Amino acid sequence: MGPKAMSEILPCFTVVSSESAIVVTDLQKRYGDFEAVKGISFSVRRGEVFGLLGPNGAGKTTTVEILEGYRHRTAGDVSVLGFDPGDRPVALRQRTGIVLQSTGMYRHIKVREAVAHWAALYPHPRDVDETISAVGLDEKREATTRQLSGGQLRRLDLALALVGDPELIFLDEPTTGFDPAARRASWDTIRALRDLGKTVLLTTHYLDEAQELADRVAIIKGGEIQAVGTPAELGVGAKTRVRVSWRDEEGLLQERQVDDPTALVHELTGAALAAGHDVRELTVTRPSLEDVYLELTADVDAVTPAPEVAGV
Amino acid sequence: MSDAFGMTWRQYRLERRMFWRNPSAAFFNFALPLLFLALFGAIFAGNQDDLDVIVPGIAGLSVMSTTFSALAMNLTFLREQGVLKRIRGTPLSTRAYLGGVLGNAVTNTVIQVALVILAGRVFFGVGWPQDWLELVVFVVAGVVCLASLGIAWSHVIPNFDAAPAYTNIVFLPVIFISGVFYDVDNAPAFLRDLAEALPLVHVIDGLSAAMITGESLSDNLSNLVIIGIWALGGIFFAVRGFSWESKRS
Repeated sequence: MGPKAMSEILPCFTVVSSESAIVVTDLQKRYGDFEAVKGISFSVRRGEVFGLLGPNGAGKTTTVEILEGYRHRTAGDVSVLGFDPGDRPVALRQRTGIVLQSTGMYRHIKVREAVAHWAALYPHPRDVDETISAVGLDEKREATTRQLSGGQLRRLDLALALVGDPELIFLDEPTTGFDPAARRASWDTIRALRDLGKTVLLTTHYLDEAQELADRVAIIKGGEIQAVGTPAELGVGAKTRVRVSWRDEEGLLQERQVDDPTALVHELTGAALAAGHDVRELTVTRPSLEDVYLELTADVDAVTPAPEVAGV
Repeated sequence: MSDAFGMTWRQYRLERRMFWRNPSAAFFNFALPLLFLALFGAIFAGNQDDLDVIVPGIAGLSVMSTTFSALAMNLTFLREQGVLKRIRGTPLSTRAYLGGVLGNAVTNTVIQVALVILAGRVFFGVGWPQDWLELVVFVVAGVVCLASLGIAWSHVIPNFDAAPAYTNIVFLPVIFISGVFYDVDNAPAFLRDLAEALPLVHVIDGLSAAMITGESLSDNLSNLVIIGIWALGGIFFAVRGFSWESKRS
């Protein structure tokens, strides 16, 4: 089905694509016999922070590197800001910023020098000093990269990705190796990007990071998407049930897992009111993204690919 | 177009700054050939025939070390560190980037050859070059050929730890058989034939003609042709195999 036929069937198709920063349709990537990405589809709306969450080897980085133009796809369609990243158009690179998972820098370059050099590569860069401040490297302006700690280098990565004032930012595990304070600071920076209307595609193995930052999350495992939704939706829609806990009259902590806590809570509070005392330490907990993630990815090792020659 | 030039120029200036900030690289680029020149100059002192061989020989060595060796090592390092991959994600064009990198190497070649000529004139009784145009032609031909071979060779080097060994296993034998330190006519025939098949000896022949003998450019066309054939091969493999990321194996 060509794009024309598609727009006839779905009149809103063109609207959807202009509001989507990234559209991935049935993307596949094969390395020899190994299928790293097995036909995934998702779209990232303009202005949202989209999280790709999954265990190592799930296909996250392969997917992101196809979107960044580093790898060629085996099959499927990919559109990034309306471009095919496989063609590596300059106009696309001018509008995207990339933080790779692990990457080095010239060893003798100074922080300010690096950010200024990168700024000059883009048509409408941000202010160099402001960008350095935004990532908290003010005091390291004149330091060479050799003198920076791992976390500081990571913040330089972020500064280099942001200085071109991109519309779309790829962050591949941006806070790995950060201390908690630096991590919070980077989260603030990423939130500030969203407030500026930027689109962010974030891969992370930190669940709290996805929960804190992402408007929507795709959980990816074994090259396939297991679930897509807002962190809240994923929590609500999961098989994991709501946990109700309280302390009973004997002072013992009780816990029940239920689909719908309404009846149980009614029962508990009704009984307590009738007896004239409180329900002590009553809590009702929805499953977190972490619970969902663990549930969806728990059987990673259990699921070994069934050999196709089994019947031969 | 002016923008493309501007980007190349900026990259070139960055590469120059990075070069000078790495003292060991600066040392190997400039001090080592001059040290060889001083040592062999002392050994051959008073024997003008030998000095007339060693000065263009060291000039040829300089062309090779500033292009072939430097590019093979640097690109391997930048590739392994992920600097190339990072640059690949920016709007900087491949042409502008490589233009800056090559410009940096060529600047080193020019400085080095100039130092060798100056040292030859001041210390070793070798006059100013006989034919400046011929000198320029052979330096340019040598640079294009050996730089492209250096880039191509960097694709063969598996990682930076192996880079010095991979580079020197080519560089050292080639400079020894190509008549850097002695007149190649005194070498055994099989070594002479081997050297004749490689480009460096022809670069040195051309430099020798320009600097010492004054033999005209038209008499050295065969040298240019062989350098040109190697350059075509070098450019083909440099472009075809160019990789922005290190292989993970």
